[in-house]
Formats: sequence, C-alpha cells, structure tokens
Amino acid sequence: MPSGESSTVSRGGSPISVPTGDHDDLAQREPPSGSVALRPPLRVTTCGAVDDGKSTLIGRLLFDTRSVPRDQLEAIERASRARGQSEPDLSLLTDGLRAEREQGITIDVAYRYFGTPRRRFIVADAPGHAQYTRNMATAASVADLAILLVDARNGITHQTRRHALIATLMRVPSVVLAVNKLDAIEDPQAVFERVCSAFAELMPADVRAIAPPDIRARFKTIPISALRGDNVVRRSGATGDGPAPRGSTLGWYTGPTLLELLENAEPRAARAMPLRLQVTAVIRPGDGAIAGTGVQARAYGVFILEGRVSVGQEVVILPSGRRSRVASLGLYERSLTYADAPRAVTLTLEHEIDVARGDFIADADRPPEASSSIEADVVWFDRNPLVSGARLIVKQGARSVRAIVERVAHRHDPNQGAVRLESDAASELAENDVGRVWLKTSAPLVFDVYERSRAMGSFILIDRTSTDTVGGGMILQGGVA
Amino acid sequence: MTKIGSSSTPPASAVIADEHDGAPDHLDALESESITIIRETAGAFERPALLFSGGKDSAVLLHLSRKAFYPGPVPFPLLHVDTGHNFGETLAFRDQAARVSGAKLIVRSVEDAIRRGIASEDPGPMPSRNRAQSPTLLDAIAELGLDALIGGARRDEEKARAKERVFSVRDEFGQWDPRNQRPELWRTFNTSLRRGGHMRVFPLSDWTELDVWRYIQREHVELPSLYFAHEREVVERQGRLTPISPFTPLAAGERAQTLTVRFRTVGDLTCTAAIESRATTLEQIIAELEASTTSERGSRLDDRTSEAAMEDRKKEGYF
Ligand SMILES: Nc1nc2c(ncn2[C@@H]2O[C@H](COP(=O)(O)OP(=O)(O)O)[C@@H](O)[C@H]2O)c(=O)[nH]1
Repeated sequence: MPSGESSTVSRGGSPISVPTGDHDDLAQREPPSGSVALRPPLRVTTCGAVDDGKSTLIGRLLFDTRSVPRDQLEAIERASRARGQSEPDLSLLTDGLRAEREQGITIDVAYRYFGTPRRRFIVADAPGHAQYTRNMATAASVADLAILLVDARNGITHQTRRHALIATLMRVPSVVLAVNKLDAIEDPQAVFERVCSAFAELMPADVRAIAPPDIRARFKTIPISALRGDNVVRRSGATGDGPAPRGSTLGWYTGPTLLELLENAEPRAARAMPLRLQVTAVIRPGDGAIAGTGVQARAYGVFILEGRVSVGQEVVILPSGRRSRVASLGLYERSLTYADAPRAVTLTLEHEIDVARGDFIADADRPPEASSSIEADVVWFDRNPLVSGARLIVKQGARSVRAIVERVAHRHDPNQGAVRLESDAASELAENDVGRVWLKTSAPLVFDVYERSRAMGSFILIDRTSTDTVGGGMILQGGVA
Repeated sequence: MTKIGSSSTPPASAVIADEHDGAPDHLDALESESITIIRETAGAFERPALLFSGGKDSAVLLHLSRKAFYPGPVPFPLLHVDTGHNFGETLAFRDQAARVSGAKLIVRSVEDAIRRGIASEDPGPMPSRNRAQSPTLLDAIAELGLDALIGGARRDEEKARAKERVFSVRDEFGQWDPRNQRPELWRTFNTSLRRGGHMRVFPLSDWTELDVWRYIQREHVELPSLYFAHEREVVERQGRLTPISPFTPLAAGERAQTLTVRFRTVGDLTCTAAIESRATTLEQIIAELEASTTSERGSRLDDRTSEAAMEDRKKEGYF
C-alpha cells in the first residue's frame, strides 16, 4: 500500500491503518448480529463401490435437510422424467459432469455444501471403482469423517476393504460404516448384524498394526436406506407415507441417525500439538508504511498448522535451526496476542534472520523432527509404477525438495485384511497401490509422524517431467540422515 | 539407515492442555484457507493476476488479498475482461476498489478483440458476449505472460464447478480437462506447470453464497450498489426481470415497469436478471438468502441455455 494511504474501503467499517497496538484476540471478536458463529465446517467423505448408493445418499442428505434450491430440484425432476423415472433421482444432484451422466457413473470427486442449524458440512463424493483410488485418497486426506457405504446385498467386498485401508492409513478421525439398501432385503436386522460383525472381524485384527486405539474406537455402524431416507435424516418409519411394510422397516434400530452422527462428530483427535507453522509469504512492506509501528523490515505470512502461537514465544526456524522470539502477531489492521490452528496470520520475529517461504517455525522446546531419510506410506496414482531409484519432487505445503526412492519395502494388500503387509519382496508400486517406501531427500524434511499430525506428516509427490501429482505420502519415521 | 523396513513405533505423544477458547470459527477457517492459497499463488508463480470483475466474489478476493500481504502491497495486478456490456455501477466500483487497494488494474476489452478479429460477436439480437470473453482472456494471458489467474468461482455455484480443483491446470489453449485433473491431497497444492499452460486458482472454492455474504458483513467489504434494493426500469421476459439498457432495449409489444429490485449475482447486462427485493442492508440480504429457495445462478440466463452449459464453457476457457 502506498504511503499515506488512509482512505477507507469499507461500508461504515474501520479505516485501513497500521497496527495501533490495541491488542485483542481473534476469539474475542463479537459475532455479527443476527448470525451464530458456527464451528468450522465438518469435512465428510463418502466411499463405497459403484452402485452402493453414494450419490443417492448425498442427494438424500441434501434433500432432507432442505438444502436443494428449487430450480435445481426442478432440473433433476425434468431429467428423471426424461429417463422415464417417476420419482426424482436424487443421485443426479451430485453426478455433475456430462461424461459421467453419459456413463451413468461418478468419475471424479465432487463437493457439496449443506448445513443444519447445528453445523455446516462439506461433503466430498469419492467414486468407487478400483482405478480411482486416488479420488478416495484425495477426499480422505482432508476428511474429518468418512462414511463407508456397503450394499447390504453384497456385504463387505474387496472395495470396502480397500476403502477401509485408505481411511485408516489417511487417519480419518471418524469412520461410519453405513449398511445401505436394507429396504431391499428380507431380514434387514440379521443382515445388518452380519455385515457389522464381518466388518468388526476385519478391523480389529488388521488395524491393530497401524491404528491407534482412539481410531479403532471411532468406527460406528448404522443401518440405512438412502433411497427411502430411513435413518439418514429421518428415523426409519417416520416417513409419513403411512406404515412401511413389516420386515422392511429399520424401526428396530434405536441409535442416532446418520445426520446426528455427523452433527456430533469431533473434527480432529483431541490430542493437542505443540506449535507448528509454515511460512507461506515473505512480506516486505512498502516504504514508510510501517514507520514507527515497531514492525520489522520483514513480516511473514504464516499458516498455523498445529497448536497456538503467542507473542513473546520462543521459536525455532526449520530447517535452519535458528532461534528467535515472536515479536508481533496480527492480521490486517488487527494485532493479536495469540492465534490458534488452523489459522493464517502475519508475524514478525525479534531477530533479523533469514527466513524463507516454505520454512517451518515451531515451539523451540518441542521441535519437529528433521531428516533427509524418510520412511513413508505412499498412495501411488501414476500409470507408470513407482520403482527404486525414481527421482521425484516432494512437496510439503509451500516447501519442495528433490527426492530419490531408495527402496519400495512393502505393498499393503487389502485382500489380506484391511492393512496387512503383503511381503517384504515388493519392488514397485503400481497405479492405485498403497505401499511403504524409503526416500532420500536433497534437503532435510521437517515433519512430525503422520499419526500425530496429518498436516506435519504428509507430502505429495510430483513427477518432474509430466508435472503431475503422482502420489501422496504419510511419514512413519525418519532414518539416520 | 539401520531402521529401514521396520515398522514405526510412535513416540509418546505430548499432552498439552487443549484450550478451545481461541478456536477459529467457520468464517475464520474459510478466510485462513483462502489467504494461504492466495499467498501460495503469489509465491509459486512468476506472473499471477487476480480476475477482477467488480462483482461480490471478486470484491471478497481483493479484500482477502489485501489481508494476505498487509502491511505490504497486493503483489499482483487486477485483470478485468470488459465485455462492453457491463453495468455502469460495476465499472465505477471496479475503478474505485482498485484505486483504494493500490493494486494495478489492467482492462482488456472484448470489443477490441472483436475488432481485431480475435473474437467474434454471437449472431442475433442482444448477443451475449460470454463466448467472446474466452479468446479475449486467452489473448491477454499471452500478451501479459500471465501464468496464474486467481478467480472467484465457488464449488457450490454449479454442478460442473463442484468438481473443480483449487489449483486447476489449463493447457496452452486454455482448456480444462475434467477427466484429467490433479488430485489435491491435504492442503498441499501442486503449482508446477508444463510449458505454455497456466493455472486457474480458486481460493473461494469451499465458500457458499451465504458464507460470502456473512463475510462481507463481518469485514465491511464495499460492494457495488447493484446488490442492494433500488428502483429500476425492467421488463419481464420468460418470468425473469431484465434490466432495460442500451444493450437490452425494450422490444415491440413489451412493457417496461419500474420496480424495487436488486441483483443477486452481477454479470453482463445481457444475461443478468434482477430479483424483486426490499433488502437495502446486508442484514436484510442475508435474511432474504436464508429464506430463499432458488439457487444463485438461477437468475443467470447464460447458465439456463442447456444443462451442460457451464461445463462446455469451462472447457473452452471460460473462468
Ligand atoms: N433399494 C435401494 N436402492 C438404492 C438405495 N440407494 C441407492 N439405490 C439404488 O442403487 C443404484 C445406484 O445408486 P447410486 O446412488 O447411483 O450409486 P453410486 O454409484 O454409489 O453413486 C441406483 O439405482 C439407486 O436408485 C437404497 O437404499 N435402496
């Protein structure tokens, strides 16, 4: 901003000015009149095989929470009639692309937004067939909750196992097994219980190897009919269309509805982390703009990944290892005493030290690890297999380093159970494989193990020639550098 | 390297008091994600620009950009592709907002592109210039050497947009390939480009229309007066209230009426319909939206032409 800039852009708002030193906290801001300050939205992903009913389920959630605008509803009614269907096909609400409509299958991740008075939701519709594992991984990587959909008529399938494997590896904090299409089955209660125990058998035995107890405890099960809306938003039997035929209702289920599970889910593991933030911009104020404000020559635009940052806090900059103290914190004309993850703020340090975009700043007493040799679980997306010796780019937020694959150690095989390692002999990962690799990097990676922090323990892999994103990685440990 | 192949033993996790009193709320979370995306764009690309139309979404983008780099300047120019069919209010607002922000404003005109033979006018009376916008923009990208364009599209707007990435690659023809999109995991974005291509960046991807309005209210973001209820001469066409202007004159047999209206979304005069409304304040607009049963783009004539209209336009390089 040019010096002396003092005009306002706001409709009756505060003028843009330099920090005046009146410290207050983000948390103490008054919510705007007439609206509730909502919690951050819960990110939900749905997974299941093709035709298990994912699109119908999301359509149902939107429809029964009255989140579908009238004109969109009319459009799908028209489309359904044109196909000779008497009822509006709710799956059309999410099947967005023409290519998909032609093939009648969901081929890519689509996002939907809806809310209730209690909470807002972002739903990612992740498709089911085997060659699109990458879409499920994409959605699961940021999901707070995953709905694993199972067609009651098929029970637990290869796809269910694969999705359970990915949800577990990606550390989705809550997983709901939703047994669908129970309206189309003879003895729904017995079938539901059979599917649940098959799933329970699958999970504890094999997840133990990688899932901490709090993740196992977060698996929930629910019987539903997405088509009729039973136990989705409404309790089964409360349809108002008169009594449903006996034996096909889900009235025996007394637990929470799917929507209630969503409304009550905790977005992340309760475990708090020490401060971790990443520098995403180096800000050089224009001449004079910060004269006399105590603001240093350089400020840093940062994203708080974990924990809390406070003015005066002792911090370490990584990978350099230099130490300093937080001199000031703020966002725009507002000065702050502290701010919590996940939050973008601007900060200055007491010392004039070299800090670059992509650097991490952390609690000086409890710093993250740093290593140039990393063991990680990798989800591989590329048509060309991942082999030892491959050269790739590892990107962690705003930081990129070069890497060489030293060894492909294992492949996870969903057929053997959710997460059993296939063998020590794996030498490559094919498209959509999930496996364990060792990487050597050109500069140390700064990380916490993925199990403790999805933000600090994850990276993407980029092919240097094609520039494509070819994989996602979850760090297990660092080796001796 | 002694530990190769062994499975990991997680370190004992540090237990720290979990204080929720400072937890960011819904709008804070959206704002923080958007600011981080904007900073990443400014840092990772040589010549980014912000597509600035003067509508509410681009006003929010400009506000977020100022917050992202304060106390420094917004480090990229604003680019407007002017169809020549804009509301006067939009253009006045565009110039004023750009001036106040200190960012450089670059305007490229569709009329100019048509004159130079780069773009062509759609046939028929009252032509829409949506189609002519794409070649004009691509020409500006080449001329200015831009490698990233920040746009205000949201995934809740339309079904084809629901599948759009935050960082969306375009080839040298500006085309979007919905079947070959990069997976986006966690919050780490792939910003690499192949020669000749460019990136479209959508920091408001996860915002809904209501989020945008609530944020405008919270942050006192200035908007063109078109969004607030005012008296205007309109004509009803196919159940829609079209503003009367030199580009959309009254046809024979039509009757103009003066109504109290506002615009829910602002595009060209040829494709934007007004809605009857008495909402003159942000509080009233938000209350009206909360009670509304129609989607935002329901009042855009350009999307109604066909079910797959938006998808086709996007493939051609429409924002
Ligand atoms: N009987 C019955 N059929 C369902 C149910 N849910 C979905 N279907 C049907 O299963 C088919 C596949 O559904 P869709 O939502 O497109 O599945 P997707 O491929 O997982 O998105 C459609 O014909 C749906 O009508 C249900 O609860 N009961």
